[in-house]
Amino acid sequence: MGKIASSRTKNSSGIMDWFNHRLPVTQFYKDHLSEYYAPKNFNFWYFFGSLALLVLVNQILTGIWLTMHYKPDAAQAFGMVEYIMRDVPWGWLIRYLHTTGASAFFIVIYLHMFRGLLYGSYKKPRELIWVFGMIIYLALMAEAFMGYVLPWGNMSYWGAKVITQLFAAVPWVGDALVEWVRGDYLISDATLNRFFALHVIALPLVIVVLVVLHIAALHTVGSNNPEGIDIKKHKDENGVPKDGIPFHPYYTVKDIFGVGMFLLIFLFIVFVKPDMGGLFLEHDNYVPADPSSTPDHIKPVWYFTPFYAMLRAVPDMQLGALIMALAIVVLFFLPWLDRSPVKSIRYRRWPYKLMLSLFAISFVVLGWLGMQSGSVLQKMTAQILTGFYFFYFVWLFFYSRNETYHEVPERIEK
Amino acid sequence: MMKKIILTMACLVFASMVSAAGGAYIGEPANTNIKSQSSLQRGAKTYMNYCLACHSMEYQRYNRVAKDLGLTEDEMMSSLVLTDAKFVDKMTNTMTKEQGVQWFGKAPPDLTVIAKARGVDWLYNFLINFYVDPSRPSGWNNLTFPNASMPHVLWELQGIREAKFETHTDEAGEDHKEFVGFETIEEGQLSEQEYKDLVRDLVNFLDYSSEPAQLIRMSYAPWVLLFVALFTFLAYLLKVNYFRDVH
Repeated sequence: MGKIASSRTKNSSGIMDWFNHRLPVTQFYKDHLSEYYAPKNFNFWYFFGSLALLVLVNQILTGIWLTMHYKPDAAQAFGMVEYIMRDVPWGWLIRYLHTTGASAFFIVIYLHMFRGLLYGSYKKPRELIWVFGMIIYLALMAEAFMGYVLPWGNMSYWGAKVITQLFAAVPWVGDALVEWVRGDYLISDATLNRFFALHVIALPLVIVVLVVLHIAALHTVGSNNPEGIDIKKHKDENGVPKDGIPFHPYYTVKDIFGVGMFLLIFLFIVFVKPDMGGLFLEHDNYVPADPSSTPDHIKPVWYFTPFYAMLRAVPDMQLGALIMALAIVVLFFLPWLDRSPVKSIRYRRWPYKLMLSLFAISFVVLGWLGMQSGSVLQKMTAQILTGFYFFYFVWLFFYSRNETYHEVPERIEK
Repeated sequence: MMKKIILTMACLVFASMVSAAGGAYIGEPANTNIKSQSSLQRGAKTYMNYCLACHSMEYQRYNRVAKDLGLTEDEMMSSLVLTDAKFVDKMTNTMTKEQGVQWFGKAPPDLTVIAKARGVDWLYNFLINFYVDPSRPSGWNNLTFPNASMPHVLWELQGIREAKFETHTDEAGEDHKEFVGFETIEEGQLSEQEYKDLVRDLVNFLDYSSEPAQLIRMSYAPWVLLFVALFTFLAYLLKVNYFRDVH
């Protein structure tokens, strides 16, 4: 018995050797899991990176199963969704996992990005991680927008019309560009077909590649932490950071706990309130696409509404589209706009804390305003908050130059 | 200076939130109960009798309705299916879109998922708030959905009513029409309460048909969440155990 067991172990290590000579499997496992040292003080905010990965996998898997039963045909698309909801075994669950996953993706990503703002994770040497993250965010917005068109409800149709119309703001070639994007003079079967192609293969590929780059860049420089202290400054005799712990098993185990908490909320929504009172699945999208009937009040899904509020706040459409684009572009430059040497908010003084809080509140309120019908007062508020959104970055650029701060300790205290 | 800016911003945000939005007239909630099979059966019967001739349910099948409402094939086919449709068929009708436009000015929409689009309270109030209005092509108007093209199909049951409005002039000199009540012209076959109950059952059926899976979905919810809660608790213990040696 013992002899068999030992020959087995030998055999299996033989298999690993066989692979390692051809592909550095064990080395990869060590570099990225068992010997990737992460700071020991990750808190609640550090769950959202792994959760974003979980949601991405959820979207890809449920997406594959949805495509098995869906046809991107303007005459059939609306009915296909109802077919999935009724006649496909477990189709309702697959669809709700996907629709709830879309909103969950943005919740997780917004919190993940805000974590970056709190602890200065975008700062040197992690600028590239931030830039890759921003491109993922952009790709995700395109992905979500095109996915939203696929059920071919009335809000899909009119939303697609309004958003593609924004390309008309591009000087000279605007109108031609709109037609090129739509593949027709109007939103039509051709538009639906190409959005399907982009949604199920082109953009997911781009996102997956970018996620690999995002993590590769992260693992090159190492993770930041809530204290903003560089753990690589103090290493032991083996070259292991004294304030670091191996990602596996410590953070894999901790992230599983995070996954549990996330699933509690996520599955509650999937099983109890999948349309979230019209926030995740809008009421008007249960009316089939109808080019002759405009919904009372065209608005995008909640995750786009902060930018939509900015678009509407500007009276001129062309200028509004530019402002909206700039609101996203400016985020790319954050690593160079914030010139303070201190990373974490914990060691920055009250002006920064106050301004970042106001910035976050402005963004949330803009999101709320983007869902409203837009009274005069609401429009005025949106204009002021849009102004503040941009003012924040200007302020940060000048303030951070000679910022005074609390001294950052050398090591992470328990 | 900073304080003033923040205060102004806060005031504006607050003020923009309280500015009320006008909407459809919703006098009372529908109070439907999706778990009541008898209510759903009554609602299905009303739908087949009064609605289906104009409003198809093209994504819903008779056999699925029978299964979810606890009816046998015989019960379904003999008492609920009034056309020559088969048990596995979808709940369609023979009216074309062109005919609908010709007869009503606007084709009657498919109602499979109408409860998702409108909500049960809107549907309930729409169906109890019809009144006579000779100025409309159909002779009927509606308080919840003003100038709807649909006539009052259930008038024999509810009776015929007129709506009373009072006109107020505000400070700006603009006139506002305010609804003050209904006046019965002809009694219906049902009492007011009986009619409201009938509509409630009908709206309940529409709610069911907008998502037949909701019955299963809700019944799974506690078990799924219980399982995840247990999993999360164990994961927490595991995490605490691992982090014991992190100092």
